[in-house]
Amino acid sequence: MAELEPFKDHHREVRIFGYRVVVAVVLVIGLLSLLMARFYNLQLVHHEDYVTESDNNRILVQTVPPKRGLIYDRQGVLLADNRPSYTLTIIPERVVDLDVTIESLRTLLSISDRDISDFHKFVKGNRRPYQPVPLRYRLNEAEIARIAVNEYRLQGVEVEAQLVRYYPKGELFAHAIGYVGKINDRERKNFDEDEELRYKSFYTIGKVGVEKFYEKTLFGNIGFQHVEINARMRVLRVLEREDPKPGKNLQLYLDSRLQKAAFEAMAGRRGAIVALDIKTGGVLAMLSAPSYDANLFVTGISYKNYQALTNNYDLPLFDRVLQGQYPPASTVKPMLGLGGLEHKVVSPRHTIFDPGYYKLENDNRLYRDWKRGGHGIVNLHKAIVQSSDTFFYDMAFRMGIDRIHTFGSQFGFGQLTGIDVPSERAGLWPSREWKRKKRRLPWFPGDSLNVGIGQGDALATPLQMAVMVATIANRGKRFKPHLVKKMGDEAMMPVVSHQVEANEQNWAYIFNAMKDVMHAPNGTARRIGRESSYQMAGKTGTAQVVGIKQNERYDSEALAERQRDHALFVGFAPFDDPQIAIAVLVENGEGGSSTAAPVAKQLFDKYLLEMVPEDRAKTAISATVGYQPPVGPPYQGVN
Amino acid sequence: MSVRQHDFLRRMPEASYDLRNPRSLWQIIHVDPLLLLALLLLTAYGMLVLFSASDSNVYMVKRQAIFFLLAYSAMFAIAQVRLSILSRWAIVLYLGGVALLVYVLLFGVGAKGAQRWVSLGGFRFQPSEILKLAMPITIAAYLSSKSLPPRLKHIFFALVLVVVPCVLIIKQPDLGTSLMVATSGLMVLFFSGLRWRYIGSAFAVIGLSLWPMWQFVLHDYQKQRVLTLFNPEADKLGAGWNIIQSKTAIGSGGFYGKGWLSGTQSHLDFLPERHTDFIIAVLAEEFGFMGVLLLMVLYLLIVARGLVIALNAQDCFSRLLAASITLTFFVYVFVNIGMVSGLLPVVGVPLPLVSLGGTSLVTLMLGFGILMAVSTEQRRVTV
Repeated sequence: MAELEPFKDHHREVRIFGYRVVVAVVLVIGLLSLLMARFYNLQLVHHEDYVTESDNNRILVQTVPPKRGLIYDRQGVLLADNRPSYTLTIIPERVVDLDVTIESLRTLLSISDRDISDFHKFVKGNRRPYQPVPLRYRLNEAEIARIAVNEYRLQGVEVEAQLVRYYPKGELFAHAIGYVGKINDRERKNFDEDEELRYKSFYTIGKVGVEKFYEKTLFGNIGFQHVEINARMRVLRVLEREDPKPGKNLQLYLDSRLQKAAFEAMAGRRGAIVALDIKTGGVLAMLSAPSYDANLFVTGISYKNYQALTNNYDLPLFDRVLQGQYPPASTVKPMLGLGGLEHKVVSPRHTIFDPGYYKLENDNRLYRDWKRGGHGIVNLHKAIVQSSDTFFYDMAFRMGIDRIHTFGSQFGFGQLTGIDVPSERAGLWPSREWKRKKRRLPWFPGDSLNVGIGQGDALATPLQMAVMVATIANRGKRFKPHLVKKMGDEAMMPVVSHQVEANEQNWAYIFNAMKDVMHAPNGTARRIGRESSYQMAGKTGTAQVVGIKQNERYDSEALAERQRDHALFVGFAPFDDPQIAIAVLVENGEGGSSTAAPVAKQLFDKYLLEMVPEDRAKTAISATVGYQPPVGPPYQGVN
Repeated sequence: MSVRQHDFLRRMPEASYDLRNPRSLWQIIHVDPLLLLALLLLTAYGMLVLFSASDSNVYMVKRQAIFFLLAYSAMFAIAQVRLSILSRWAIVLYLGGVALLVYVLLFGVGAKGAQRWVSLGGFRFQPSEILKLAMPITIAAYLSSKSLPPRLKHIFFALVLVVVPCVLIIKQPDLGTSLMVATSGLMVLFFSGLRWRYIGSAFAVIGLSLWPMWQFVLHDYQKQRVLTLFNPEADKLGAGWNIIQSKTAIGSGGFYGKGWLSGTQSHLDFLPERHTDFIIAVLAEEFGFMGVLLLMVLYLLIVARGLVIALNAQDCFSRLLAASITLTFFVYVFVNIGMVSGLLPVVGVPLPLVSLGGTSLVTLMLGFGILMAVSTEQRRVTV
């Protein structure tokens, strides 16, 4: 039986309803107050924050990159250019399916897995919506055309043009000029506030060489523009603009003709060549061989290419000129000879008998001369011309390490030259103090003997050797070597780092000895001096790579190619009016006279017989109408 | 036996005498002037905001004006219908709506991954809209025939009536509409005097079922919305974008706003869905705190008038129905504004009478038509 429905009690129902309406009213007012409190909080309390946020949304401060300064050689030949490069970018927000789009792009042009992983890293990183993300750099014309044809089905894909560094001379100047490359995380971390602002929306920076040293000058000043954008990053209008200031152009002392001659003279061997302008310290040629194509690094080098460079046993990335430290060997002899004369350790008339070895008292060790049997009776002149080790063993022993150290240091050994290229190394010019500090050993007389022939602990970079010989050629005036001749319109003044004081007669003595190295019938480099139309001065050297035990003779056949001696040559020309100083190092080239000296000769010829007359002719023609360039070589040797 | 007694009661007038008052013009044409005024003010205000939100798109505003005309006509039309007729046909409306919901699930037209639309002779509409009205009418009709406060079995039956269509709507899936339909039904239960202990235990059950709901019922995108509410910064460019941008729009409006047609957030496209669900952000950006306050006052006027009408209603059915419609309207307002200002997770609920949209507007105005019918029912003097 169904339960009886109770009668409806209207009054009670109305009363209950009334209560419920009251509850509802309280609820409504409460919730409305909550909403108003929320709006009060957003619109009044935090108003300023949201205004900032709203402005950040709509106002974009774009940096306008300045044009990077160009680099020219001495003759105005362009060495570093800016060229438009085309980059493929994607705006992820405009793409329905990224993977599909990338796959279809891959059918049109090659995109490596690394490109794709870099792309995804960028997409996930801190970026604004609708900001284009680069996928592939350096599109060629054919690729751009293929994308243009398929544009209709590639929504959100764009090709952007920007200026990118280009080195027309490829590998010729890779170490000297260096290159710009992608800024890496480590570099970003070390930026100061200024740099952070400068490179905020910039991808590349000078990495090595002149590009790095003069980064700030070449970069210029960044410009800014405030633009109003919408949520899809479309620029609606420019609100404010500050124009960028382009970087200054640099003109270098380097001469691409001489550099090319140096490159060709090396003929694929490993080594270094430095040519200095004696009157200014300007670097006319600076080559580390083998080299590499600097253009590879500009938009990010591929893994494969980088591996090929770093795994190359010939170390193409290694800058032998500034960072290679080699025993200067016999090339120090003229300089030390001058020291011996100055300190009166030897006189022009002083002679010794050279039996082919030198022996210290109370020591059984034999200090060998390179020539079996020795040079007989030797004075300083002959010791330089024929490179007698025995004479210099004796002289070094009597001169003592302290005087050797002080005198050698005056020519720049053991110190940074201060060249305007970063990361040079100082080499090592040993001293008593150095040995005590580093080796915790006292100085032994035998150590002096080795330093006396530029071996033992002595180390120098090819640049330091060039500076040394230029200083001799300049009668003691040592210039700071530098690459940049003009910065914008401002000429860079040569800087003298030191003046070596020596007796004029002593200079002349050493000069003559160095001339006879090249031109005397018994000179070590007589072969290249024989047919020369002008006179030169120089010194050969042969640096030991491996130590030779007491009872062994040096046998090059038995040594592996990499363990053969390094061939060295330093010299200057023309003899009576020195203009150019050159240092040549050929790694494992064995003989300084047979390998290194001919290289230097090619450069002397190029410079003195071709370039100087050409330059004279040019300036003369522009100055005087109808002037006839001089016929024949201008520098006739004085016999 | 009990059935007959029940029938008898329902037919008996609630008042002993039926002394007719002299009727005013408003009563004859079944219009509540105060409610109408508030609605017209809100409509005008809304059109102003919509014009700006649509980037001065005259076509869009015109279309919305036509929808308003249609909606107002529908309101006047339904106001003429006698409430007893509504109450009698409620169950038909309800069953028809449920049938259409089933139909939609089987053969509906999809949009944005949800099946919500049914096409009838070239006219597309969402059957869930029918339920928005059919639900409160049906529950009110059912409960008003019982003695109140409702007893457990009636509550249970009413809940079944609420749950069935809601489950069907969730399946579409359209959580927002489903919650609003449920709200309109539950509001009737609340006003019928549902005991506080039942309300309390209902909340307790909901509280306890939150975790299983999260685990097994909610879709991933729905969970994402809730998570985003608490930390919009976690996915600035994705899920958090809408809420960050709407908060920025609101906050940057300040006290007086940036001026009509001058909101940068809206006009530079940072604000998503700005003529539909997020339209209040446009209003807040351009008219500032003052503008929001004015909007709230207008909404409060409508809600207050609705509750007054409910209090003055002639019988139990009209009373429950009027109160439920009014409060459901308020819940719309609260949920939308709460969502846009970052207090509630994002659910697709438009801002009533302001957001762009046709069908929901008609449904809404039909509700106000019912309120007008209640308000202009023949007065009977109770002795």
